[in-house]
Amino acid sequence: MLRLGQVIPGGGFALGIVFFYLSLLIFLPLGAFVLYASGMSGESFIRQVTDYRMVHGYMLSFGCAFAAAVINAVFGLLLSWVLVRYNFPGKRLMDGLIDLPFALPTAVAGIALTTLYVENGWLGQFFYAAGIPSAFSAVGITIALIFVGIPFVVRSVQPVLRDLDGSLEEAAAIMGAGKFLTFRKVIFPELITPLISGFALAFARGIGEYGSVVFIAGNMPYETEIAPLLIMTKLEQFDYQAAVAVAIVMLGMSLFVLLILNGYQHYRLQRLGA
Amino acid sequence: MELVSKLASVKAKEKLAAGAWQEKLVKWSLIFIGAAFLVIMMVLPLVLIGVEALAKGWSAYMRAVSEPFAQKALWLTAEATILAVLSNTVFGLAAAWLLTKFDFKGKSLLGAIIDLPFAVSPVVAGLFFIMLFGRLSPFYDTLQAYQVAVVFAVPGIVLATIFVTLPFIARSIVPVMEAQGRQEEEAAALMGASGWRIFWQITLPNIKWGLLYGIILCSARAMGEFGAVSVVSGHIRGKTNTLPLHIEILYNEYNFTAAFAVASILVILAVVVLILRNLVEWRLTRAERTGEHEL
Repeated sequence: MLRLGQVIPGGGFALGIVFFYLSLLIFLPLGAFVLYASGMSGESFIRQVTDYRMVHGYMLSFGCAFAAAVINAVFGLLLSWVLVRYNFPGKRLMDGLIDLPFALPTAVAGIALTTLYVENGWLGQFFYAAGIPSAFSAVGITIALIFVGIPFVVRSVQPVLRDLDGSLEEAAAIMGAGKFLTFRKVIFPELITPLISGFALAFARGIGEYGSVVFIAGNMPYETEIAPLLIMTKLEQFDYQAAVAVAIVMLGMSLFVLLILNGYQHYRLQRLGA
Repeated sequence: MELVSKLASVKAKEKLAAGAWQEKLVKWSLIFIGAAFLVIMMVLPLVLIGVEALAKGWSAYMRAVSEPFAQKALWLTAEATILAVLSNTVFGLAAAWLLTKFDFKGKSLLGAIIDLPFAVSPVVAGLFFIMLFGRLSPFYDTLQAYQVAVVFAVPGIVLATIFVTLPFIARSIVPVMEAQGRQEEEAAALMGASGWRIFWQITLPNIKWGLLYGIILCSARAMGEFGAVSVVSGHIRGKTNTLPLHIEILYNEYNFTAAFAVASILVILAVVVLILRNLVEWRLTRAERTGEHEL
């Protein structure tokens, strides 16, 4: 594999470390999982994954992750715009706050959000007064996933917006285009790719998210039971087949999202190159 | 004629003024919406944690934080975090060295494998280790015979933590090492320097900020990991409980003050991480810029 005769030493040594490490941490665990999964009969697998409780679980995870990613795309674009284009007091603090979900443990975020959005919570009281149950519902799950996903969108869009070539905008302005028209026709098309990649990352993360969601979800079977929780529940009942079945569906969903993202980026690159 | 042009210029000025006024309105409304979003989503949860943690006063806070189970959980979290950072640093350096200093087939595949833990739900990651070391494992009898407990014990927690944080350090070093190129290392090798000497004297000083950045990200994620650790821990109090798991138990026992008190330790650590991250990021971009100047 390694081409010998390269000048820099240490290739074999590094390869050894990497191979040993990946074997212990990725190949062996993944292999044990695949081995067990391949031992399941197709019939029982189909029965497990089409069970109504399961289907409800991943539809819920999928739907809430999608809704949260859409909302994050809108606010993420707005926040990137504000942080790149405007100067105002407190900008650096605002920029730093966006990374909070990366640094704050998910369980801590989970209990804090739940306490905020329960019926007599600081924010929950307004939601409940408006007739929206903001905790122990799909709304609550979506709120938690918005929290988790926002940095993905901002950190994808922000650098692209910052490095955008200003001359096109100037040209548009000189030719008399209004600010909004310039944004829609000149700036936004450049931001579609990073926006979609931020969206996909937030979406994929949302499907698998557990810590921040499990407290606010309420975890009622057939109602607010998310897919990762189904795995936990099935494991506690020593129902390994069901747990593995849900895991396969979840792995499939996030790989699907990331593959589409990869395909899209590839397509964009080719079109730009042409 | 003069009058017309004067009129036109007045009109243009008015139009410009109206435009500037409109632009200001748009600017400040967008800033307001963004700030309101961040206050509601980020600031309020932080404030709430502080308020709830101190709801029963300072002495209750101190009691919750210094209680033996909380202390044990803190030590286990520290242990898992340190082990994850150490082993992922060694791996990250080796992987980055391989990916940036050599050409070989399957390079992009190796990159994709390293990124895999990012694509896997933490709960599924935990399940992988249950499959490898738990009751259904092909090695279960051997593990039993030697009385090695991995799942529902500390080694499982450490392994799960390492798995979910595996890509961070490698991913932080690779772009920096790539930007540095190979010439310096190649020159040193041709002059007869050993691999270790090249690494310590040339590569490491060049990538130190990238490495530090990765270590910060890795420790932040490691100390807060919940899903994967939750699956493999077995929730044995005082034995396999990390801080996040301890918080979950306290919260589910309706012991909210204690839960938020323990959570506040992690909040303080998270804020420290954010500040360090910003400082290192600043150094990193500066290092990149001066690197460009030297070229």
